[in-house]
Amino acid sequence: MKNDRKRTFMMITIPVLVLFFVFNTLPLIKGFMYSFTNFKGYGSYDFVGLRNYIDLFQDARVGKSYLFTFKFALVGTLIVNVLSLIMALALNNKIRFKSALRGIYFIPNILGGLVIGYIFGFIFTYILPAAGKAAGIGFLSNSWLSSTKWAWFAIVVVAAWQSIAMNTIIYISGLQTVPEDVYEAGSIDGATGWTKFKSLTFPLIMPFFSINMVLCMKNFLMAFDQIVALTNGGPAQSTESISYLIYKNGMDGGQFGFQSANAVLFFVVIVLISVFQLTVLGKKEEQL
Amino acid sequence: MKKTSTVEKTNWPITILLIIGCLTVFFPLYMAVIIAFKKPSEMTNDIAGALAFPSSWGFENFREAMEVTDFWNSLGNSLLISISTVLLAIIIHSLAGYAIGRNKAKSKFYNLAYLYIVSGMFVPFAILMMPLVKQTAQMGIGNWVGVIVLYVVFYMPMNLMLYSGYLTNIPVALEEAARVDGASTWRTYWSIIFPNMKPMHATVAVLTALSVWNDVMTPLVIMSGTAKNTLPLAQLNFQTQFGTNYNLAFASYLLALIPILIFYLVCQKQILNGVVNGAVK
Repeated sequence: MKNDRKRTFMMITIPVLVLFFVFNTLPLIKGFMYSFTNFKGYGSYDFVGLRNYIDLFQDARVGKSYLFTFKFALVGTLIVNVLSLIMALALNNKIRFKSALRGIYFIPNILGGLVIGYIFGFIFTYILPAAGKAAGIGFLSNSWLSSTKWAWFAIVVVAAWQSIAMNTIIYISGLQTVPEDVYEAGSIDGATGWTKFKSLTFPLIMPFFSINMVLCMKNFLMAFDQIVALTNGGPAQSTESISYLIYKNGMDGGQFGFQSANAVLFFVVIVLISVFQLTVLGKKEEQL
Repeated sequence: MKKTSTVEKTNWPITILLIIGCLTVFFPLYMAVIIAFKKPSEMTNDIAGALAFPSSWGFENFREAMEVTDFWNSLGNSLLISISTVLLAIIIHSLAGYAIGRNKAKSKFYNLAYLYIVSGMFVPFAILMMPLVKQTAQMGIGNWVGVIVLYVVFYMPMNLMLYSGYLTNIPVALEEAARVDGASTWRTYWSIIFPNMKPMHATVAVLTALSVWNDVMTPLVIMSGTAKNTLPLAQLNFQTQFGTNYNLAFASYLLALIPILIFYLVCQKQILNGVVNGAVK
């Protein structure tokens, strides 16, 4: 009987591990190997040692894509978390039509990033400039998407529109874990408004803040769909995210080896950021 | 005394602000709908004209968009890939969650297996993408089959975590009772554990379905040689055919959004619960 149990567990686990190895670890190892070659994606190739990695740090386009991705992810995460906290506090209030409103505000999250990107692309190209001209606001009367200064922010807006929905319901579920008597005790001590939020609510939903920071940051760092739909990396390569550049030059641009090195670097960066976030936020949680 | 009054009273200012705020959700969708129904000759550059209703509500654009993007085939491919992935995820990931989750506390091997798979969550698709294109082509699965296999692997870390976490709520004693009756571990799993994990199946199904349905990158790189499209991929691949005919393009976008909107209307509660469970656990 005991053996049957052990054998069954093994017979499940081994195939699962093999499957995971073949389609996750193996390509990871291959990608790592390609990063030391000058492989174009076709034909023969040679090992070039660390050449690709040295070139990465001197390549202006790669540098630009890292700057764009970090700026995009930091600003996006900040905007999304501030707005979704406000939304969650509002939606958790004593309001009418609560479930209908929560349902509506979640819609952006279920829709695909690509199609949403196309729809917003039209709005940024035609509707917003038309509105800007009608209202006489010069800043709006040209399309953001054709401006090297503002195109990145247009992408932030679209990505945020979708992520806020997700982060809001996570914050709402966090707010619901705060027991009512904490507020009662707080109101006796005279805590209202901002003080109440800062010293009572926020510390209690800290774990949810951590989840949201990590999730949101990761999604923004890996942005792809919205960029394909809105700008294709332009204008003047000002909105190329790292994923987009790896896809574009690695798959079509004959830089398979070089972009593999870029992907390895990106992987290391993602791991470092996640570890950093988890330790910092974990410490904050412990203190509370 | 003050307490009871604040608990009962509806906060109307916030309710009204929130209702007005819904415009930010509906405006892009409204634009999509009216543009999809307009004719190219109705497209104007002034703001009032751009926001106005179309002169008539004909379905001509939709009919044409369906033809141009091969809508029914794309929809069929999307459904095939999403449904197969969800079913496989529920079967394979729950089994893995059971085998690994039940043993990881007391066995080093299973604990390592758990950490090995879960750490896969940090591997960005960008690094796997190029080797996987070559690998799936060599294996003869550079098509929708390969896409499904890859999804089953990519969502494994997350789903394994969810299932093995949920299993801690199901007492081992439940299985032992069945074992005393002489049932094998395999049968016990299907008759007792699997049905008991029903709430987690719903969460896994919702999370996996939403991500798979909307994913562009995996089918884009894996299926590029097959002339087959998923619904989002069709929007990307037919951009050139749409040209500057925005009305046709928007009819097509709307058609691509409708299935998931219907799914959301029908299963809103399960979707919201699923998303929260998935993120918080």
